[in-house]
Amino acid sequence: MDETVQSEAGIPLSTSYGPDDLPPPESIPSPGVFPFTRGNFPDGYRGRLWTIRQYSGFGTPEESNERYRYLLDQGATGLSVAFDLPTQCGYDSDDPDVEEEVGRVGVAIDSLADFEILFDGIPLDAISTSMTINGSAAILLAFYVATGEKQGVDRAKLQGTIQNDILKEYVSRGTWIWPPRPSLRLIADTIEFCADQIPRFNAISVAGAHFRDAGATAAQEMAFTLMDGITYCEEVIGRGRMTIDQFARQVSFYFYTHGNFFEEIAKYRAGRRRWARIVRERFGAKEDRSCMFRFGVVSGGASLHAPQPHNNIVRVAYEAMASVLGGVQSMFTAAWDEPFAIPTEESATLALRTQQILAYETGVARVADPLGGSYYVEALTDAMEEKLVEIMEDLERQGGMVKGIEDGVLQRQISEQAFSIEQAVRSGERTVVGVNKFQTDEERPEVEGYELDEKGRLRQLERLAEVKRTRSAADVSATLRALAKAAAKDDENLMPHLIDCATAYCTVGEMVHVLKDEWGEFSQPVVF
Amino acid sequence: MPTATEKKIRVVVAKPGLDGHDRGAKIIARALRDAGMEVIYTGLHQTPEQIVETVIQEDADAVGLSILSGAHMTLVPRVMELLKEQGAEDVVVTLGGTIPSDDVKELKALGVAEVFTPGASTQEAVDFIRGAVRA
Repeated sequence: MDETVQSEAGIPLSTSYGPDDLPPPESIPSPGVFPFTRGNFPDGYRGRLWTIRQYSGFGTPEESNERYRYLLDQGATGLSVAFDLPTQCGYDSDDPDVEEEVGRVGVAIDSLADFEILFDGIPLDAISTSMTINGSAAILLAFYVATGEKQGVDRAKLQGTIQNDILKEYVSRGTWIWPPRPSLRLIADTIEFCADQIPRFNAISVAGAHFRDAGATAAQEMAFTLMDGITYCEEVIGRGRMTIDQFARQVSFYFYTHGNFFEEIAKYRAGRRRWARIVRERFGAKEDRSCMFRFGVVSGGASLHAPQPHNNIVRVAYEAMASVLGGVQSMFTAAWDEPFAIPTEESATLALRTQQILAYETGVARVADPLGGSYYVEALTDAMEEKLVEIMEDLERQGGMVKGIEDGVLQRQISEQAFSIEQAVRSGERTVVGVNKFQTDEERPEVEGYELDEKGRLRQLERLAEVKRTRSAADVSATLRALAKAAAKDDENLMPHLIDCATAYCTVGEMVHVLKDEWGEFSQPVVF
Repeated sequence: MPTATEKKIRVVVAKPGLDGHDRGAKIIARALRDAGMEVIYTGLHQTPEQIVETVIQEDADAVGLSILSGAHMTLVPRVMELLKEQGAEDVVVTLGGTIPSDDVKELKALGVAEVFTPGASTQEAVDFIRGAVRA
């Protein structure tokens, strides 16, 4: 075997594969059978296509609402909400420290009044909504529940996902608020609450995507994510109030699909099988359904490049196909101009069409796990699973995820990897078309900024001021006081209190502040 | 590589604002360090005040700001203003991120030495800082 040819994650590759490379048959039973290597459902995508979900949201709730209605009209089947950084980090729009960030990378949300506008004319019992929110996820979930109630929608009918994965924020995305331990408690509260009251809502989307975009390999991405998943499940189980079978269905996963086609497919198949085994063997799940690994992906991210940007259309299409062959449940395809602009309506529509062509023209969705039994894909899936186990055992030996994060171990591993990718691209060892090979002397594309219309920002501030003026001050202080009291105890679920605060029109910043007083703030280990 | 008698270039790499995407900042920090410079990375969520304080305390020759959130037209001028207030106008300021070309012109007029946009290589940044500090 020529050891010099490897996958991107360092798995050695043979020149060809044959019957001897297949795993034992019990590792690859039919689709829909534990450990689900070949997918969660016996009929693949025939019963239900993956959810086509485009990430968008910017400026004010009014602008975002308009974009959502447009996407739904165009055939999107779910919404994906991007929030601005103050909302993600727990600041109100009128906080002088964050003024310049209001409404920039997503929609600004201060209180329930903003959510009422954001979902105006969009019945919450008819769509599913994915919210990319972490530090302040429990608060935004409270807004969503309260908005549903205002629309007259029963909680049990709400569908969607909050990302709610704080551990990867400390490593690679940065929207943390409180330290890891109280944050884990709040996440466990949301999981318990959803399992109990909003059974069709994913309380957490454990995300590897940001490890990947920060530089991790496909294997590191999956292994770190499964470790995070274990950490969250242990947090809930450790309370002794719920068994894994009562909440496993609230846990979903989220990844980036980058360009190495077969490795990505193997990553998803191996991850699905490993998770099923973890849930059964480590947590003692009795039901097969609890062992299902359900995941969403983004095709794009750091695999896209600014030079010759139209090449990104092709990259995204291959990545989307790899995701589907890996058995994805929901997908966002990035627009080709993502490296340097907020997508235009035109580029966003093209990204949506990319998925629709894949779903309705290519025929990949007609048969469950079409690559099942392929000598190469099965061998690569096995090799990937071995690699996952190796990385996970190494982390467990070092004391687990929270310790790895507090010590900066994960941060260092990922930045090492990012640097070596950078060097491989610079030296030409790793080819990127249009970047280090087949370059043209065309100008780099013009970076397009999104200028938040000053009127929009002022309207946001006015609305916040009006909310503060018209709400009942007595309700606000009573609900915030009750929140503080509950936070001081370890065993009280905070979700009902957060919903009370939301309904009383308390702001994100006010709720976050109460909890900061109780829990403090995270201090980041700086490594590079 | 600097000779034994030559003082190492000191660079602060900083992430102003709430933007948490620091893959680029860390790669640059590492590349500058590998090129023989003394590098201080501030970590995330830094206000302009905190960044300028680090620059002064570390007696830095240069500061590389990284912003991907679009908030550069408020954050960068504030850093420039504070550097001036501290009498540190000679510190070489560079910026990396998704910066539209009109903004690049305006920022350069404010004294930003160079702006690196998507697709720029680490070598460009290393060469630029070395040239600008030694100049």
